[in-house]
Amino acid sequence: METVTITMKNPPALYLEADNVSPDAFAGKTEAQIAELSVHEGNTTTTLGKYFEVSGNAGATAADTKIIVKGDVKKVKYLGFKMSAGELVIEGSTDLYVGAWMTGGKLLAKGNVEGFAATAMKGGELIIEGNAGNYLGAAYRGDWRGMSGGKILVKGNAGSDVGMYMTGGEMVINGNVDVHLMTHAEGGKTIVKGNASSKVGGQMVDGTIYIFGSIDTMMPGFKPKGEVELEVDGVKATFAHYIGDMGERHKKRKGAIVYANLYKKI
Amino acid sequence: MSEYIIKNGHVFDPVQGIKGDKKDIAIKDGKIVDKVGSGAKVIDASGKTVMAGAVEIHAHIAGPKVNLGRIYRPEDKLFSCTPTKGMERMGGGASIPTTFKTGYEYAKMGYTTAMEAAMPPMFSRHVHEEIRDTPIIDEGAFPVFGNNWFVLEYLKNHEIENTAAYIAWMLRVTKGYAVKVVNPGGTEAWAWGLNCLSVNDPVPYFDITPAEIVKGLIEANEYLGLPHSMHIHPNNLGNPGCYQTTLDTLALAKGMKANNKFGRETVMHLTHSQFHSYKGTNWGDFESGAKEITDYVNQNKNITIDTGNVTLDETTTMTADGPFEHHLTGLNNLKWANCDVELETAAGVVPYIYSPNISVCAIQWAIGMEIPLMMKDPMRCYITTDHPNAGPFTRYPRVIKWLMSKKARDTQINAFKHKDKVLSQTSIGSIDKELSLYELAQMTRAGPARTLGLANMCGGLKPGMDADVAVYNFNPDKPVANPDDIETAFSRCAYTFKSGVEVVRNGEIVNNGHKRTLWVNVKVNDNPQVMRDINEKFIKYYSMTQNNYEALGHHFVPNPYALEVDATHV
Ligand SMILES: [Zn+2]
Repeated sequence: METVTITMKNPPALYLEADNVSPDAFAGKTEAQIAELSVHEGNTTTTLGKYFEVSGNAGATAADTKIIVKGDVKKVKYLGFKMSAGELVIEGSTDLYVGAWMTGGKLLAKGNVEGFAATAMKGGELIIEGNAGNYLGAAYRGDWRGMSGGKILVKGNAGSDVGMYMTGGEMVINGNVDVHLMTHAEGGKTIVKGNASSKVGGQMVDGTIYIFGSIDTMMPGFKPKGEVELEVDGVKATFAHYIGDMGERHKKRKGAIVYANLYKKI
Repeated sequence: MSEYIIKNGHVFDPVQGIKGDKKDIAIKDGKIVDKVGSGAKVIDASGKTVMAGAVEIHAHIAGPKVNLGRIYRPEDKLFSCTPTKGMERMGGGASIPTTFKTGYEYAKMGYTTAMEAAMPPMFSRHVHEEIRDTPIIDEGAFPVFGNNWFVLEYLKNHEIENTAAYIAWMLRVTKGYAVKVVNPGGTEAWAWGLNCLSVNDPVPYFDITPAEIVKGLIEANEYLGLPHSMHIHPNNLGNPGCYQTTLDTLALAKGMKANNKFGRETVMHLTHSQFHSYKGTNWGDFESGAKEITDYVNQNKNITIDTGNVTLDETTTMTADGPFEHHLTGLNNLKWANCDVELETAAGVVPYIYSPNISVCAIQWAIGMEIPLMMKDPMRCYITTDHPNAGPFTRYPRVIKWLMSKKARDTQINAFKHKDKVLSQTSIGSIDKELSLYELAQMTRAGPARTLGLANMCGGLKPGMDADVAVYNFNPDKPVANPDDIETAFSRCAYTFKSGVEVVRNGEIVNNGHKRTLWVNVKVNDNPQVMRDINEKFIKYYSMTQNNYEALGHHFVPNPYALEVDATHV
């Protein structure tokens, strides 16, 4: 695997849309060619090299390419956009749409990330060592297809609307989440090790939520189904089981009515 | 204005019966002419196909429900935006493109005239603002009449003269082009949570049936002598077994004769016939009724149809058939928007994915192929996708590829997950016919132009007609190596001329043209009763005054072109 390091040297005045910073876009390119890839600052299209110092050539394919992003990228969006393979490491904190539409590969963000990370993610692995913003693993505005595959781990907290319209894949959040967890979800699994605010699983049709901490206010559409012993993410415990959202339509699978499941650790 | 001569192209023009002969087309002052001077700019069309500009007879490209789709589907623009480039403004949207993108895309495919198929009269100002902002192509809009309170009240007493006077008023104030009917009676019933699924279902509170509405509107249309025939989306759209309702609807035109000075010979246009040609009793035994529908239309020469081809894309359905959209959201569980328009109509919008892995979608695709291939008279069957309902209009080149190449159809059939079901529920597998370029010109140019009453103006290359010309990078002398070459050729014109202006060169917009709004100005005898009824209804029921109703003046209709009709003699 070849490693390309890009280091912020000349920070943008406006927010920078760097949708070409991915193993896929870098693959097969030399240092100089990578520096020529386009980025957008406001309504101006310029080159990656205007802002970043690029060192190292990419591998022949995305899978053979590792990118390390250094320096202050708090005003950079779309890192890892549509990546399908390879690795991307962001050493600091960054802005919106990290790993959005990613289908494979491994993305490690060592700081915090802003909203819409892993929008409509289909596969691969996203690790956020800091906090995640709102709409993590959610659908794009207006769309009904959120995260459908892959794995996300957030070591800190996550914002609101996490997993909105999620249809598959798995998320673990070590800290707390804000309101509207897995709203409209039709599949997938979210594990929250900390607390959740209110409106958990609203209009959820399918999928599973585990909450280790507290829930501010339960949705009235979730119905208690007793207690169960479960092992979740390596932790054995007793959970209160709820099904819902009773106010929504219900799918059928193999003749049985499908509900979303919510487990809260007791 | 500049003179041009398009030299040595293979010309296909049904208006003059030209079937691919090498001919020069001369343009002067916006018109096709016999010859031009030696100073004319020469366009080398050798090895290329030359046709008149294409005519879109039915698409939803301007107005409130189109915009409702744009507003509530930001995801439709997600990866489909193009920045400002040369003559082109920025554009976006895959199934509901922005107005500018709409004009550019049509022109790049060689389309120069298009009809917005459903204008809610109360929002005609909005429709015209969008038409104004759609560059290059001439456009008209069809106000909807099939659920209008005035029409229902006049026709329940069979008052044809009053209906006609009302239509004439409506076309004038909305700058409308034709009489459109959508789910007659059913959309009004929808205001009460009901529908009319057959031509004999009574419309609640109006004591009238869809059959009476349809017949009455045909009679009023011919009483006035409008350029276009009554244009109908029948009851019971999109349901298994609906072909019977469609046959019942078509039968309402029996014995009716066209009366107009525009050369139109037909009295009923059945739109998006694919959606109305379903047999079976449920989605499990769903099958094609294309043969039954085309047999009937083949035999009854006073009817025309368009196809409504499913293109197997993610798209946005939108129709003035409000109850149908509610039904659809129940089937696919995707977001739904509804819009009621007071006394006049309603509309619904729902996104839809025509997946090649779903047997119903694949069968719908096959039915859309069968219909044009089974029609004996290409002058009476026009290619549409009922944009964006069965697919975006930008897919016309792909539809053309499938219709012109059995190999392309077989490739698609083999790619279906439920191929066997497609072959057992339709007859697409046994149809070998491939559309010729001449038939294509009939189905996309001469045919729709004649049915719209525009035969003297567009759809052909006869001297005296508007110089709307499309030149395609397609050599009819060479065998087609790969069917995809057909799609490529019809996607981007080598040249498009609109009213003598070179608007597209090498697939790029080079001029924004002088877009016109086509409308029909009918003179009728004074009708004090209808005028009094209009005043009363505005005072009693409408939420706006007549002063805020009419689409008038430069803001709404900056470059009008009125087709004049005199109905005072009757
Ligand atoms: Zn339509």
